[in-house]
Amino acid sequence: MKKITTIFLSLFGLGIFSVYSQDNNYGQINGNFQSDIQYYIEDEKINASAVEEKLLANSWANFTYSLGNFSAGFRYEGYMNSLLGYPNTGGINDGVGIPYRWAMFTNDNLEISVGNFYEQFGNGLVLRSYEEKMLGIDNALDGFKIKYSPVSGIYMKGLIGKQRYYWEMGPGVIRGFDTEIQFNELIQSFSESSLRFSLGGSFVSKFQKEDNPIYVLPSNVGAGAGRIDIKFKGLNLLSEYAYKINDPSADNNFIYKPGQAFLINATYSQKGLGIVLGTKWVDNMSFRSDRNASLTDLNINLLPEITRNHIYTLPAFYPYASQPNGEWGAKAEIMYKIKKGSKIGGKYGTTISLNYSRAHEIERTQINDTIPISASGTLGYNTKFFSIGDELYFQDFNIEISRKWNKKIYTNISYVNLFYNYNILRGVGGHDNVLANIAIADMTYKFTDVVALKTEFQGMFTKQDEGNWGLGLLELTIPSWFFTVFDNWNYGNPDPEKRPHYFSFGFGYVHGGSRIQLTYGKQRAGVMCIGGVCRNVPASNGVSLSISSTF
Amino acid sequence: MKNLVLLFVLGVLTFSVFSQEIPQVQIKDLDGKTVNTKTITSNNGKPVLVSFFATWCKPCVQELTALSEEYDDLKAETGVKIIAISTDNARSTSSVGPFVNARGWEFDVYLDPNGDFKRAMNVTNVPHTFLLDKTGKVVWQHTSYLQGDETETFEVIRKVAKGQSLK
Repeated sequence: MKKITTIFLSLFGLGIFSVYSQDNNYGQINGNFQSDIQYYIEDEKINASAVEEKLLANSWANFTYSLGNFSAGFRYEGYMNSLLGYPNTGGINDGVGIPYRWAMFTNDNLEISVGNFYEQFGNGLVLRSYEEKMLGIDNALDGFKIKYSPVSGIYMKGLIGKQRYYWEMGPGVIRGFDTEIQFNELIQSFSESSLRFSLGGSFVSKFQKEDNPIYVLPSNVGAGAGRIDIKFKGLNLLSEYAYKINDPSADNNFIYKPGQAFLINATYSQKGLGIVLGTKWVDNMSFRSDRNASLTDLNINLLPEITRNHIYTLPAFYPYASQPNGEWGAKAEIMYKIKKGSKIGGKYGTTISLNYSRAHEIERTQINDTIPISASGTLGYNTKFFSIGDELYFQDFNIEISRKWNKKIYTNISYVNLFYNYNILRGVGGHDNVLANIAIADMTYKFTDVVALKTEFQGMFTKQDEGNWGLGLLELTIPSWFFTVFDNWNYGNPDPEKRPHYFSFGFGYVHGGSRIQLTYGKQRAGVMCIGGVCRNVPASNGVSLSISSTF
Repeated sequence: MKNLVLLFVLGVLTFSVFSQEIPQVQIKDLDGKTVNTKTITSNNGKPVLVSFFATWCKPCVQELTALSEEYDDLKAETGVKIIAISTDNARSTSSVGPFVNARGWEFDVYLDPNGDFKRAMNVTNVPHTFLLDKTGKVVWQHTSYLQGDETETFEVIRKVAKGQSLK
């Protein structure tokens, strides 16, 4: 691995200094840099344990060289050592190196990539290779990828590669192919039609040597998906179905059942109004390039969540995470803007969003009287397509009203009512499920065009888990600078000994593509989720510094 | 110590003036049509503002709302075209159209669900905004959104439209 990197870097360097074209164009170098550094202080009150290194840091920088149709780059990463709460079992993520290097040729209808790359087929049900630095996820592929468009309207992709596993590669090999046909582009006479129609299909296969002492396992596991996207004026219908052959793994307790996933989204919109309806159904659809992998490691696909992605702190305490082993979900969302200048809408208009989502288990029955559900080495269980089981995993109803009152005042008011199946979503037993009501008032007052004070008050009311929480935030912004003070108080904890304040304050500076932020304070233990994938964040107390830059 | 030196060098690099051409990446418009980022960022010799956002990102929505309020006037004055690149992943890509339409934003909006364009532009966090001059070169960029940041954005758009230097 190291050798390859060295050779690659030398070539890269050579490339930069030897490329010569007649107009003296030597190409350009761009990139970015980010470093998150935290100094940890032990704090028994909030269960923040001592950190032996005292200071931990996650940093990385990308460098990209491009000239005409050619580009190449690499990412230097360093975890010295890895910040708490990022995937790092046994220090597997600690270290420095160049895990990501690539070269690419692109023209109008052809793209060839070698080295590392990311890719998504359709909605990601059978393949999504991506990075989410905030979650410590990077399942980049290392291999070859070709994208080709033989005629306008037909888009083909093919790839082969191995997946990144921290500083190593996963054991499996992934092969994939995807085609999409956009009929309005393909057929000239159809190009101006208000009916727009496209079809897509993908196939992905993984190979992993059969290594199980007990079971005979498939070395090659194939998965296929088909999708359709239809638009007519303001209406849009998008659907995808995926099927995977039997893939016994640690995730499904080594059962031989095939997997399925289905999703459908219907939307309608016109100026001032947006409506989104969606549902999905998933059965045994975990798909990894190592059948023994767990947590966020070596996922080949990503099953998108159907619930709302809450950004405010308190509703984000209880986030939903996709359940690849089986789930049904549905959502409805209405966004409406009350007209500018109307009596209710005010001078600038008022936006109202209503959102409801719900997720259940799927219905499972025993294969026969003697085999329990999901017994290893069996077909697992029976289920009917699109069946909905009794157990509720998650429910969220929320309403948000945002309004600009005048040139100085802007408010955003939210109410959230959620149900959280603690045992299922945290993988524990015997815990009470959480039913919570949350109210949020977010107000910004502008003293001048460029000086503003933002205040945020949040209250969460629940009888379960840690009880009630209150939160207050003040943020003063002046050109290029911001100053924040934040307190999060678990005032309603059933145990009076456990009612700490999580107080923090900080400031930051922004200039062009660069940002620097320094914060001192405490952080609550919890779960952080982005795009349906979550990580546990431990409680911490200390000073953190974050620097990022695009150049 | 080595790290500090590296940091310093990177810092200097960052605050120095840069120019970049838009890379060629295939993304989709809200009609589901595949488009090339080179094509969508051309504007007949007038400036183009490219803003990376996500529907779940509050500062992004505030920034685009602020830009939206002045867009008509600014377009008439400078000929600027604003394009918004949604980095929403498959969880919310189908909501982007209704989200934008409900707010009445008049920008050209594109979908970048796996971050291909975002990565090619070396964006680390949203919101992140780039301004392209008449030759299609990036001449200004800005990350985050602080209240009132649009004032500077409007100013640089006017300067670039007049062909003035930002130095």
